[in-house]
Amino acid sequence: MSVATNPRRYVISFIFIGVAVIMLLRLFFLQNFEPKYKILANDIAIYKKVVYPPRGVIRDRKGRTLLSNTPIYDLMITPRNVPKNFDTAEFCAALDIDKATYERILGKVLIRNIDVRQSPFIELLNEEQTARYQENAYKFPGFELVERNIRVYEKPIAGLMLGYIGEVSPEMLKKPRYQSYRQGDYTGLSGLELQYEEALRGQRGVHFLERDKFNRPRDPYKGGALDTLEVSGKQLDLYLDMELQEYAEKLMANKIGSVVAIDPRTGGILTMVSSPTFDPNLLRGKERARNYANLHKEATRPLFNRATQAMYPPGSTIKPFTGLVALNVGAITPDYGYGCRGSYGACSRSIACEHKDAGHAANFGLALAHSCNAYFCHLFRLTVDYRNFGSVKKGLQAWHDYYKSFAYGRQTGIDIPFEGKGLVPDSNLYNKMYRGSWNSCTIVFVGMGQGELLLTPLQMANGMCIIANKGYYYTPHFVKAIGKNENDTALRKYHEKHVVLNIPDETFEVVQQAMQDVVDHGTAAAAKIDGVTVCAKTGTAENKAIVNGEVIKMQNHSMFVAFAPRENPKIAIAVAIENAGFGATWAAPIASLIMEKYLKDSVTYKRKAVEDKMMNAKLINKYVYTIDSVIRLRDLRTYNARVARKRAADSTKKANDSILYHRWINYKMRTNNLKATNKRK
Amino acid sequence: MSDLKKTLFNRIDTPLLLMYLALVTVGILAIFSVEHRTTDTSLIMMNKSYMKQIIWLGYSLFIGFIIILTDSKFFSSFAFLLYTVCIIILIITIFAGVDVKGSRSWLGIGGFRFQPGEVAKIFTAMALAKFFSLNETNFKKLRDRLIAAAIALAPAVFILLQKETGLALVYMCFFLVMYREGLPSVILVLGFAAIALVLTSLLINRITLAILLTVFTILIGLLIRHTLKRRIAARVILISAWGFSLLFSQVAVPFVFKHVLQKHQIERIYSMIGIDVPDEYNKAIAPGEEKKEKTNSSEYNVLQSKIAIGSGGMFGKGFLNGTSTKNQFVPEQNTDFIFCAIGEQFGFLGSAGLIILYISMMLRILYLGERQRSDFTRVYAYCVASILFFHFAVNISMTIGLAPVIGITLPFISYGGSSLLAFSILIFILIRLDADRQVLIR
Repeated sequence: MSVATNPRRYVISFIFIGVAVIMLLRLFFLQNFEPKYKILANDIAIYKKVVYPPRGVIRDRKGRTLLSNTPIYDLMITPRNVPKNFDTAEFCAALDIDKATYERILGKVLIRNIDVRQSPFIELLNEEQTARYQENAYKFPGFELVERNIRVYEKPIAGLMLGYIGEVSPEMLKKPRYQSYRQGDYTGLSGLELQYEEALRGQRGVHFLERDKFNRPRDPYKGGALDTLEVSGKQLDLYLDMELQEYAEKLMANKIGSVVAIDPRTGGILTMVSSPTFDPNLLRGKERARNYANLHKEATRPLFNRATQAMYPPGSTIKPFTGLVALNVGAITPDYGYGCRGSYGACSRSIACEHKDAGHAANFGLALAHSCNAYFCHLFRLTVDYRNFGSVKKGLQAWHDYYKSFAYGRQTGIDIPFEGKGLVPDSNLYNKMYRGSWNSCTIVFVGMGQGELLLTPLQMANGMCIIANKGYYYTPHFVKAIGKNENDTALRKYHEKHVVLNIPDETFEVVQQAMQDVVDHGTAAAAKIDGVTVCAKTGTAENKAIVNGEVIKMQNHSMFVAFAPRENPKIAIAVAIENAGFGATWAAPIASLIMEKYLKDSVTYKRKAVEDKMMNAKLINKYVYTIDSVIRLRDLRTYNARVARKRAADSTKKANDSILYHRWINYKMRTNNLKATNKRK
Repeated sequence: MSDLKKTLFNRIDTPLLLMYLALVTVGILAIFSVEHRTTDTSLIMMNKSYMKQIIWLGYSLFIGFIIILTDSKFFSSFAFLLYTVCIIILIITIFAGVDVKGSRSWLGIGGFRFQPGEVAKIFTAMALAKFFSLNETNFKKLRDRLIAAAIALAPAVFILLQKETGLALVYMCFFLVMYREGLPSVILVLGFAAIALVLTSLLINRITLAILLTVFTILIGLLIRHTLKRRIAARVILISAWGFSLLFSQVAVPFVFKHVLQKHQIERIYSMIGIDVPDEYNKAIAPGEEKKEKTNSSEYNVLQSKIAIGSGGMFGKGFLNGTSTKNQFVPEQNTDFIFCAIGEQFGFLGSAGLIILYISMMLRILYLGERQRSDFTRVYAYCVASILFFHFAVNISMTIGLAPVIGITLPFISYGGSSLLAFSILIFILIRLDADRQVLIR
């Protein structure tokens, strides 16, 4: 027990220091060389809150809302926070689901995500579920209602044009356009919603929040320095007139067909109807897939946008253009007459004309007013055989170039996706069809809008803009302004004036006068509007269907094109009604009513009867359903045959593989045996 | 009288006092960082732990002041009496204790609660010091060695009966003091070796451990090769130690784990050190025996604690920026796991600084102990250092996964009135005794 220094003092100091050094080493490696703890710390404590901005609102030409948003709730679950003694029965009752469903969803959630993460339990609760859940929400820890917006179509109109949104699919995510999207994000899937996705979507915001161990978000992480702010989707202002659209859809009820009305001054689409229509509110939320399937099954194919995708023979409505080209190439003068006696017989077969009286085609104006088939067939032949071109092939090429400049036979470039091209035949097509031996007589039907020529209603309406504007058009489009900016770069291409092959104004005057005559004294008397000079052309397009290998001639399509007023064109319109008969009977009055509604804001009282007749007419033929089922059956058979072929090919391949395998085995066995015998020797 | 006072305060060991004040300040800041919320309107909120801790610090300093004014002979004179009273209170606590999380170590008097086990350390230290300072004590005799061990371990037994294992283990630290006073090294070495062997057989892969043990044995052999040449006994001891270690780690541990222990016991042992049960010891769940959630709790604690400390990096996330700390991811963060708050917010530099501060304090206490004239003060100083060391080493090791989770506090830093008060009294008595180092106290 001496006061002198005891060596054991140093042993104890050494133990103290030794333990401290071990701790320091451990801390050094733990804190500097084990990055997983940093990742884990961020994982558990930082909550990345994705904020979806409201999608852009779509409004009509008068600022009325067509498409907007409304809040709806997703029920989110954080499995770890759900207590062991959770009252499943009450929970299920509040949501109106059964216990099995609960277990199934919970299982799915746990497989997809770890149990401390919040993930969706039920998406897009309906109103009833939301209300009942909210009453009892306090009883269900671990669950949370998260608000999100859903699209609302103010009126059940223009569904195909406005389009709809849905979750982005895994295939889409692979495309560069969707690289900023994540699974579960919503995107436009058709119509304007798809076309203007980037503008409407806005920019997703990401907020980093710290959360505590109960998963409750608390302070912004690092004071919000890493956050990105959300940017609201831009508003779209359309040229579309909500009232007019509704009116047109009413007129087109129970008919198969379409209406396209364009303002020739801007190319803005005033109305676009593809009938039969459907309520676009069906295509949102949870019910979308089911409703979509139901709509898809319907024989009348309401999901098919007939206005931009359906291709019809234009029938007589093409005659102003046949005339326009003939006049412009110099094949005829406006005074040119043809002695039609009820048929055109120059081409070794007789083409019937509605009129037999002498002089109904005494000049261009009269011929158009009476829609003389013989006259225009002849005009077409005169054009393509015109001596200046040298040959029918060159003549047809010149004619083809004219039509291409009218945006026929190609996409107009309208701002909704999946537009049809139509078909304008050229020499190549006929060379293929007739193995090179054809002449103007072979293709004469094209002059009266039959034969190989096919147009979409949009192209027909755009053609009317060209005549109304005397030689130019703007690409038809819906959107006037993006985010109230009319000069947005996305809209620049719609401000570009497209001038068709140089045709002088006088030629257009002649055609316009002739089209005015059509209304004043000709076939389109039904299209007259008091106090407005209407220029129009009726059409009755023959068409055929192939059913079970037989070509069946079907009832004619009722076609009509027009623009008004002639002096200062404000609206150009095309109406096509499938298998309805004469153009003058159905398409003309409907077009006229729409024009009157647009030009005068209302339809005069005396046309009420016509209006009622049009609205109530049911023009869908029974055979539409028959043909549809035949077509679907054929498609199914083709599909089954393809699948069967593929399966057969696969199994053959497999069989071949196994033959190879057996051969290899045999070979191996033989060589081994050989070796064995060699060894034995 | 005033002259005496002045000299008394002049004789106080300022470095120790400053280190004490530094540690309690760090402690209050650490508790503040755990409790503070950005939504708090004011810093002074009486319901928050850091405010309570400040009040406890006030009590501690007041009592410390009184201790400084007390005659130094008081502590040696009343050592055995206080120790006896303390043992009686511990026994009472076994029966009258308040049930807190399964242990009955808390005594409630009115609205006031304290843990006699925390305070008993002081009196045990004093009793041990007194025993060693007695003239008739001869620590070379087995009888006195047993008496010393009994003085040290009696409170531990009663604390064990209160089911507060962690606190009871602290009393093992007095063997360090006895070693200083002449306990054969063999006991210390064997004790350390046993603890190390048990821990390493659990923590390290078996084959790696076998290699390590062999390498370690060869190293020792090289170091003492002259002794080995001369004495057969040394060779036998070395080889048998090596053989025993191998046998223990390679055969005994696996055998016990595979055939003796139940599944839940294995899980408990592994979760205490915060690692997963190795596959070889994973037993199929017997029918009807479901995994209990409680078994995972200390494993979860250690994981969260490692996440907090590990994510601190070199320089830390900054004061009040610890995402794990302020969002309560680490359970018991205020008390047993307070070191996480420092590791996360101040990084390696901060935690290393704290460890160095602790070690400096302990070495200072050892230095104070060695400069005493009286045995009482020296033994007392060694007791203080050993208690601090045990708490410090076990607490920090358990937060970084080096030791099993046993609930003992980090001295001066952990939140808790009894703990702060007990350690303050320990230190202030030492300061008081040291001030009279020229006086022979018996």
